[in-house]
Amino acid sequence: MTTPYQQQGAPGASYTSPIPVRNTHLGDALASEWTKIRSVRSTMWTLGVMIVLMVGLGLLTASLVAAADPDLEGQSVLSLGFSGVLLGSICVMTLGVLTISSEFGTGMIRTTLTACPSRGRVLAAKAIVFFLLVFTLTTVTTAIVGALQVGIVGGEPSGEDWFRATVGVGLYVAALGLLALAVGALIRHSAGAITIMIGVMLLPLVVAIFMFSESLRDVQEALFQYSIPNQIGVLYDSAVTTSGPTGWQPLWIVMGVTAVAMAGAFALLRTRDV
Amino acid sequence: MIELEGLTKHFGAKVAVDHLSFTVRPGVVTGFLGPNGAGKSTTMRMMLDLDNPTSGTVRIDGRHYRDLAEPLKYIGALLEASKAMHGGRSAYNNLLCLAQSNRIPASRVREVLDLVGLTAVARKKSKGFSLGMNQRLGIASALLGDPEILMFDEPVNGLDPEGIHWIRNLMKQLAAEGRTIFVSSHLMSEMALTADHLIVIGQGKLLADTSMADFIQENSRSYVRMRSPQRERVLDVLRAEGLAAVEAGSGVLEIDGATAEQIGELAARHQITLHELSAQRASLEEAFMQMTAASVEYHAHAAGEHKVPAKAPPGAPGAPGAPDQPGQPGQPAVQWGRSYEERRRRRSSRKGA
Ligand SMILES: Nc1ncnc2c1ncn2[C@@H]1O[C@H](COP(=O)(O)OP(=O)(O)OP(=O)(O)O)[C@@H](O)[C@H]1O
Ligand SMILES: [Mg+2]
Repeated sequence: MTTPYQQQGAPGASYTSPIPVRNTHLGDALASEWTKIRSVRSTMWTLGVMIVLMVGLGLLTASLVAAADPDLEGQSVLSLGFSGVLLGSICVMTLGVLTISSEFGTGMIRTTLTACPSRGRVLAAKAIVFFLLVFTLTTVTTAIVGALQVGIVGGEPSGEDWFRATVGVGLYVAALGLLALAVGALIRHSAGAITIMIGVMLLPLVVAIFMFSESLRDVQEALFQYSIPNQIGVLYDSAVTTSGPTGWQPLWIVMGVTAVAMAGAFALLRTRDV
Repeated sequence: MIELEGLTKHFGAKVAVDHLSFTVRPGVVTGFLGPNGAGKSTTMRMMLDLDNPTSGTVRIDGRHYRDLAEPLKYIGALLEASKAMHGGRSAYNNLLCLAQSNRIPASRVREVLDLVGLTAVARKKSKGFSLGMNQRLGIASALLGDPEILMFDEPVNGLDPEGIHWIRNLMKQLAAEGRTIFVSSHLMSEMALTADHLIVIGQGKLLADTSMADFIQENSRSYVRMRSPQRERVLDVLRAEGLAAVEAGSGVLEIDGATAEQIGELAARHQITLHELSAQRASLEEAFMQMTAASVEYHAHAAGEHKVPAKAPPGAPGAPGAPDQPGQPGQPAVQWGRSYEERRRRRSSRKGA
């Protein structure tokens, strides 16, 4: 028979840790999120594939164009980077979703929120770290690819062209990734959120292609012009068209949509059980 | 000090936690017991502000969890096993990102990894960890901030005997340092070894809020077990002394209301041969099961075995206590299922006599 052992604690006496208590702020959450994003394989894979696609496709198109006919009909040579960026942005969206949905999938979110009960701070830190990482990588890569393309094909893009094709594209892709992160926070399921983001990217184009009816011409036109691939194309496009987004407009559009999605994600994260 | 007031949680139509009010006091180990699905984990998640209560409040030293700025230095929690870390990250990095969010130095990460014995696998992905290793990693994360309040949700789950021994001593040591320990379990015997205070819930409702000593006092029946070849004489002598004896099969008698010494001397006076005489205590496990029997949600039903005493038809074939089921001498008092029911039957028949 067991003799129940009674722990003779000292009720009332409380423990004080030798580890000093220092006030935490967003900076600590940023450090934590940076550790998280750099310590998982999926970051290396998605961003690695993104860089390979952007550099590989950028150089491939440039050398094909250089071999065939270097006349770009008024387009900037930098627009040859388009296909790489388009495919690379799928990698970024995947990483955006995984950044948050993997926490829900593994249950890590509970530990995270126990350590930092301010859910707004956690979401903001994730968003900032992810955005800066993707923006920096994309901007640097597009700049390098652009320089190589100019070297291969020739031509002299204007300062405005350069700026939009590097910083503009970097901001656009990072904002798109942030939208994916917001969707990941809303859906909390990796596969579901990635599927939704690929749908957002491709569906308008696919639907537009199959709109044969004459009466739907306007809708078809709008779907095409506001589809993500076309918006990325616009960032490379120096020509001003009469309809659809021009110049920097694609960036304002994606940022607006992302802001709305982030606000929704924030509201839901605050109120939902995890 | 953690105070719960009217804490309630509904999941749709399901009431997981039902108006729970109790206080977890500092400096002692408070055991939190209940059968599967009683609402222990849900209560703990609400304490940590992970789940929103349907109604009621939780206060930690008067404050809401969300108002704690550096909670890890204040309260550490082990959540349900292997559901709290990112498997693709190494043990070290999993802890490092938690430490950074609370401004805990990285050296402390190595310290707690050493404390739980995971130093050798610190750089390995936690995905490949065994249940017990994951449990140790969770305990390390709870200890990270060296907090004054610790919450463990079934800490012995998945640990080997050595690990169980280790966590038991760890909890005692942490409480002796003046910390508040709140630990959930299904095992009364485990709690009897570690807890000073006991909170029992069943189907989300509070069933008991008592000190461990009081619980033991109230719930452990002591009796004397004896075996003798002169059974009839023994019964006559006992009857003459006004002592109630219950037959427990195989010639074993169980006697309430007297000590083993008294029975031994009585037998000597009457020159009765004894083959066995021992003092027995009903296990706390039995007391716990009896307390929660009405609120157990998920019953196991093995063929020919009825685990719910109240529903077992007395004397039915295969039913506990049926005459064709001899008691097994020399069996420990802690026995789930049958012996428990036997006792209940005996106890009620004793009342009738
Ligand atoms: N997220 C949820 N959605 C719906 N029901 C839930 C949820 N979480 C818990 N429940 C239900 O609430 C009840 C209490 O569950 P809980 O996990 O708190 O029990 P427990 O006491 O921890 O059990 P165990 O000892 O098995 O760990 C169960 O019936 C469970 O099905
Ligand atoms: Mg549980």
